[in-house]
This record gives sequence, C-alpha cells and structure tokens, in this order.
Amino acid sequence: MGNTILEVKNLKKYFKSPRGMVHAVDGVQFSIERGQTLGVVGESGCGKSTLGRCVLRLIEPTEGEVFFEGRDICKLKKREIKELRKEMQIIFQDPFSSLNPRKTVLEIISEPIVFNKLMPGASRAQIENRVLELMDTVGIAERLINAYPHELDGGRRQRIGIARALAMNPKFIVCDEPVSALDVSIQAQILNLLKKLQKEMGLTYMFITHDLSVVHYFSNDIIVMYLGQVVEKAPSDVLFKNPLHPYTRALLSSILVPKVGGNQDTIQLRGEVTSPIDPPDECRFAKRCDYRCETCEGSNPPLVEVEENHFVACHCVKPGENLLKKSGAVSAS
Amino acid sequence: MSRGQTETIVSRKEGHSATLASRKYKKKSAFLESWNRLRTNPGAMFGLIVIILMVLLMVYSFMFITEEDVMAINSANRFKPPSAAHPFGTDSMGRDLFMRTVYGTRYSLAVGFFSVAFGLVVGVFFGTLAGYFGGWVEEIIMRVSDVMASIPGMLLGMVIVAVLGPSFLNLLIAIGVSNISGFIRMSRASILSVKGSEFVEAARAIGMSEFRIAFSQVLPNSVSPLIVTATARIATSVLAAAGLSFIGFGVPVPLPEWGALISDGRNYLGRAPHLTLFPGIFIMLTTFACSLLGDGLRDALDPKLKQ
Ligand SMILES: Nc1ncnc2c1ncn2[C@@H]1O[C@H](COP(=O)(O)OP(=O)(O)OP(=O)(O)O)[C@@H](O)[C@H]1O
Ligand SMILES: [Mg+2]
Repeated sequence: MGNTILEVKNLKKYFKSPRGMVHAVDGVQFSIERGQTLGVVGESGCGKSTLGRCVLRLIEPTEGEVFFEGRDICKLKKREIKELRKEMQIIFQDPFSSLNPRKTVLEIISEPIVFNKLMPGASRAQIENRVLELMDTVGIAERLINAYPHELDGGRRQRIGIARALAMNPKFIVCDEPVSALDVSIQAQILNLLKKLQKEMGLTYMFITHDLSVVHYFSNDIIVMYLGQVVEKAPSDVLFKNPLHPYTRALLSSILVPKVGGNQDTIQLRGEVTSPIDPPDECRFAKRCDYRCETCEGSNPPLVEVEENHFVACHCVKPGENLLKKSGAVSAS
Repeated sequence: MSRGQTETIVSRKEGHSATLASRKYKKKSAFLESWNRLRTNPGAMFGLIVIILMVLLMVYSFMFITEEDVMAINSANRFKPPSAAHPFGTDSMGRDLFMRTVYGTRYSLAVGFFSVAFGLVVGVFFGTLAGYFGGWVEEIIMRVSDVMASIPGMLLGMVIVAVLGPSFLNLLIAIGVSNISGFIRMSRASILSVKGSEFVEAARAIGMSEFRIAFSQVLPNSVSPLIVTATARIATSVLAAAGLSFIGFGVPVPLPEWGALISDGRNYLGRAPHLTLFPGIFIMLTTFACSLLGDGLRDALDPKLKQ
C-alpha cells in the first residue's frame, strides 16, 4: 500500500439544476498505484469527466476526500494547489477545443513552463529547446513550432495537448477520453505514445473512456461507472474474463467479436435510464436490468468484494453465490 | 527517471540556440491573411482610402491652418460661392469654408477615435468580467448596461453635456459613455462562446488564476468581432458628435466642427447652400467609409461567418 499515489474516498459532486440536484458523482472510491493505469468506463453522462476534474480539483467536490501522495488535496490552499498542478495534469477529449486557436505550438507548450517559472533564469533559447524536446517526445516535427492549431490534424493536436501536459513534469495524468475523437488508425498511435511515455517517465494514468476495448489494452485496474457510482471494480483481466455486474456484461458483449458458428448474442439494454437528478434509494440500474427483483428496488446496493480484488455493486451478486448465473445469463467468456 | 528540466537542457548543444527554430520556420501571419481578403473587397478599400485621406487632411490642417485662419472675420467676403480662391466658398462672416471644414476634421476624427477607444476599454473590461464570471457580477453589469442602452445615445449625450457643460472634452466623454454598453454586450457574447472550451480548463490545470484566464486566454479570441464593432461605432460616434454640435451641445460655436458648420449654414439654405453641402458631404463620407470598412473587416477577419 506504500506505493499508492492517489486515493479517492467517498467522492461526491452534485450540480444544482432547476429540477434538483444532479448526482454527477455519487460516493466513488478507488485508489491507484504509482506507475499504473486505472481505466474508468461508462456511458455518456455517467460522470466520468466530472470525476476526473474533481480528482484534479479543477472543480470543487461536494463531499469526500482525494489523497494525492498522502495529502488531502481538497483541503489545500490556493498557493498549495498551484504547486499541486505541477504534479497532476489532464489530457482532453476534443483536440479541436483543447488548444487555444490564437496561440502557436511554441506558445501553447511553453506557456506552462513560463507561467510557472519551471526553468528559472532560462533564456528564450533554452525554453525553446525544451519545447523542441517535448515536441520530439510526442512525435511532432520541429518545423511545426510556429504553426497554429487549425493548421494541424486531430492526431497532431492531441500530441500537442500531451506535450503541454508533459511540460509540467507531472507524475499523474487524467486522460479524459483522449482518443474518442480520433480516427481508429490515429487512436492506436496516440495510445502507443501514451504507453511509451508511461514506461519512460513512470507516469500514472487515470484513463477515462466509454470504450472498453481501449481500456483493456491499457489498464491495470478498471472501474465501471453507472450514473455517478462505481458498479464494478476489478483488475483488467478479471473484469474481461469474469464480468459480474449485468451492466458490465452488457458493455462487454457489445465489443466481443462474433465468432463464426458461435451463438454469441449481444445483450441489448432496454428500458428507461434513471434520471441522475435526486435519484431514489434503489439500484440505479434496476430499470434496465433483466435480473431485477424486489430487493433491487428496495435499496441501492453497496460495492462489496465478491472475490479477491473484485468488487461489485449488485444485489444479485454476493460472495460465493451468483444469482445471475442461475437465471441463465449469457456467459461472456 | 530523468525528469529534471535542467539536465535535459544541458544535454542539448548550446550552439543550437544560435538558430532558434522559431525564427527558422515562418509563422503564418493571421494579419496578412486577413489583409489579403480585405484587399479584394472594393467597398472596404474605398472606405479605407477615404479614412486615410481624412487623416491626411487632418495632418495637413495641423501643419498649415492656424486657429486665426479659420476664425478671422472678413465682412467684405461674405457668402462667396465656391471659386478658385475659395474652393468651398465663404460663410456669413466671410471665412473660408474649405479651411474651416478641413480644420474641423480633427474634431470628428478625435471623437471617432477617442470616444470609441474609451467605450472599448471600459466596455470590454466589464463585458469580459460579466461573460467570464457570470453570477451576480454579470447580473449587475448587464442591468446597468441595459439601462444605459435603453437611453437614446443623443439624449444621454445631451444630459451629460448639460451636466458637465459644453466643451469638446465633455462631448468626447458623452459619446464615449454611450458607446460602452455596445461593447459590454459584444465582448460578453464572444466570451460566452469560448469560455466553456477545454483550453480554458487546460489553463486552469496549469494553475492560472480565473482573472488571468479571462483576459489572457479568452479575450484574445474575441478580437475580430471587437474590431468590427469598433469600426462601426466610429461611424455612429462621428454622426452623434455632429448631431450634438448641431443642436449646440458639442464643440462651442465659433469653432468649425462639422455639425456646428451645418447648424450655422442652415440659416442660409436658400442663399448659400454650399454652407451646409460641403460639411454634410464630409460627415457622410466619413461615416459611410467607416461602415463600409467595418463590413469588409467582418468578412476579412472571420471568413467562417460569410459562408
Ligand atoms: N457544470 C455542470 N453543471 C450542471 N450539470 C453538469 C455540469 N457538468 C456536468 N453535469 C452533469 O453531470 C453529469 C455527468 O457529466 P459528465 O460530463 O461528467 O459525464 P461523462 O461521463 O464525462 O460523459 P461524456 O462521456 O459525454 O463525456 C451529466 O448529467 C451532466 O449533465
Ligand atoms: Mg466526459
């Protein structure tokens, strides 16, 4: 446990809305080991980005604690947060809005260095050399140093976003769907780049995505989110071999490659999505779940460890017994 | 883990700094691109040329026309029609109208420039605060701005001049104040359109303060619409100044402000129409030129808008 870099405890973020409180993140708990990757999966609107921003304290959590290297960052003062920014960075989803259209590549990448005085006393040339080095690290040609973002394609823009984050020398990076806006071929390049950087610099990632196939390749652990809550948490391999929560199964079945002659059906999710606005105390997935019973509508299931390191929040899955198997659920192995 | 920057810098050859990469590769100039688009717009070029001519006339007047030249009364020379000696004729006191009109350029251009600059600086400051910070800051700023916008500019100008007394400086202030609310709304709107961008969040993630983000990251993205608005406001300001002077709320009477010249000439419309005609043409040319240039700039600065 001594090597835990980030630990999140009972994190909540509610947004005010005209119709009530939006429970964007509702009691999330996890930890990440140094140098590892935590995958965060879930459908659109389930609170992944909000979680990522709370963890960096880009927005103020409503409740809960976030320990980064042992310090609760929710209690830090303004000046201390500024120091913290050097340790934790973020890479964004949309490479078209994540770069300021008025700034050149040089300005974008050097801004974190200049603003935070990361190279005290350095000349312009030295800072520029550092920028060139970062550009080289992320695979951007030197000749693009004076280009504006609109002159570049999505993949290159994303690389510049990565270089900007690296300029701070962070230890921990939240990757908020860094490849969802890119072509498949470019996705692979960016993923490989991120992986290479992790290996070379010992980075820790929190990797947000709605695409399970991407995290499988990338993550050590995965948490599956549904309407602001974690419904399943397991090491990547375990989750793919033995998904227990009905929602995880549905997600997984949608990415499995159909085998010739196999009778692999995808699980269709039907039914209305529970509103994240002041949700009642029941299983939030119940309305779309094929296995729901009275208990499911009675209370919201807690996250329990059903086997080693494998946590599930489902009334029908308990340590040693799995009611879903009995009811003839699709095996996803 | 070698993540100290200092080591990495040392590892690069010092000699490398002699040729900065940023010098080696040309920056695509946004200004040049816009200029190339503007150049092909005949209306905008006409406007630009007229404005340049006006500025040259003003410079000329500063160098060669004294206040005495335009104020000296010559009763032998009253109401002369345009001629070689007096290209625009003479007025009711025998003063050369060409000299007076050219001398008056400084007032209109000064009003156009300073009152718009004043409205721009004040309006953009508050508009940016309102748009970026929202909440009660926005509420207060926008309510005040709405009240200001709901009073007709002329009326607001008259009130301000009535309170402060008629002088050229007060005329500048009056028109400057009436320019503020337009810029508040303009800058607030364009701030709103970019403030949710991820690059704003990226700036936050490197530790920038909200105030700094608003003015150094977000505001520069609304430069184009502001230039367009400013150019258009110059036209209305010149017109408003002439209007206020016409009714005696502007530049004090004997000084040859264009509106004052027309006001003076309207008493002799039948006898000496040139007294109103020439200053009128100057007012029209200036405002028309600014409007044309403003329209041209809108297309040149933001080609996406045209479609
Ligand atoms: N600033 C905000 N004010 C009010 N509600 C918000 C705000 N930000 C997010 N929400 C709400 O919180 C919920 C979670 O949003 P979030 O952006 O975290 O989802 P997400 O999982 O990242 O989705 P996506 O995959 O589309 O990016 C949504 O219901 C959203 O409407
Ligand atoms: Mg998101």
